[in-house]
Amino acid sequence: MSTRTDTPDGLPGPGGDQLTYVYAVGREGPALHGLAARLPGVDGRPLHAVGADGLCALVSLVPADTFSEQGLAAQMEDLARLETLARSHHAVVDAAFAETPVLPMRLATVYLDDARVAGMLVRRRGEFEDLLGRLEGHVELGMKVYADPRTADTPAPAAVASSGAGAGRAYLERRRATRRRDQDAYRAASDVVGRAAQLTQGVVASRVVHRPQEGQLASHSGVNVANEAYLVPRARTEELRRALTALADGVPGVSVEVTGPWAPYSFATAPPAEHPDGGEGR
Amino acid sequence: MSDSLAGRLPAPPRGSTPAYGQQGSSANLADILERVLDKGVVIAGDIQINLLDIELLTIKLRLLVASVDKAKEMGIDWWEHDPSLSSRARPARESEARPGSDALAEENERLRAELDRLRSAAGLPGAAGPQEQPAPAEREEER
Repeated sequence: MSTRTDTPDGLPGPGGDQLTYVYAVGREGPALHGLAARLPGVDGRPLHAVGADGLCALVSLVPADTFSEQGLAAQMEDLARLETLARSHHAVVDAAFAETPVLPMRLATVYLDDARVAGMLVRRRGEFEDLLGRLEGHVELGMKVYADPRTADTPAPAAVASSGAGAGRAYLERRRATRRRDQDAYRAASDVVGRAAQLTQGVVASRVVHRPQEGQLASHSGVNVANEAYLVPRARTEELRRALTALADGVPGVSVEVTGPWAPYSFATAPPAEHPDGGEGR
Repeated sequence: MSDSLAGRLPAPPRGSTPAYGQQGSSANLADILERVLDKGVVIAGDIQINLLDIELLTIKLRLLVASVDKAKEMGIDWWEHDPSLSSRARPARESEARPGSDALAEENERLRAELDRLRSAAGLPGAAGPQEQPAPAEREEER
């Protein structure tokens, strides 16, 4: 096997006090080596490229205490730290993907040293080549559909109540109007989801359904009724983005958010056969 | 621990790396976490959070991004101790709480009551801590 490692100057080589953090895997070539020379990694750590058998991993040396099993678990428990780590990881993947096809690794994929990464590349060469081949020329677009009845262009419930009727009756009318407006918005939103399915059919190579975002981090107003990812031929990215965004035009109480292009995170999951424990592909 | 750790870490490298499309450093954290934690190629590295922790983390992520109610019921509330998150997550929502939006006000009240209840029961076990198992020195990949 041919192994090539560019360890940055001025850094101690792989040893007991450092581990190798892997961001992404692509094909061996000048693109990834060039990226490694100029991109910062997690905590500003320099990147380098580990190549083996025609594949190449973008990696950083990281402190063994912070990235040990317990160190990792602690980092994951701290949301501020998790955000820093996630954004740094994503920034590397994103910048690499802008130049050359890469497969994003899941956050916190850590090896004892560069040689172990090279060994992994050799053992998984077939799987990586398959994925790279399948994803080449494609990007991922994310699409979320929101129902937000409060933005619907229907008479405000407060206005409906000004009919001179008693307070109780006004209240009931207000409630009815609100319920009607909510139902209309949800119906319109699911209609938009259906039209998105028609629109993307025949255009996208693959589609993955994510869970709707409804938690603390879901920053958008309204209720997320659909959260999907599409694997889109690169040349059709903008066309599809415009078409998806336009789905909610003139639809009261519904909005569509298109994100991306992303590196194909949602489509880079390994074949299930490699993971008999069933931890994959959900 | 989280305060001291967060305090001495540099801010995320916003704007310091070339952005691809619009996703470089401005992408929504929920969208990023959804991808870097729940998607991407999964290979067993040498260093791993053990399976139980990964499972817990996945659950937490889902709760964080998917249902804060359920998380609180389970006593998982680590994000609440993070002022940067709460201050970032809240203003946008509060500004939308226009008077007259009954459903929202009701939900707010319900959540506050639930929160009070949980706070008063402060003796509840929090999120499970990291497992105290020693890291395997060498871990062969699964297969």
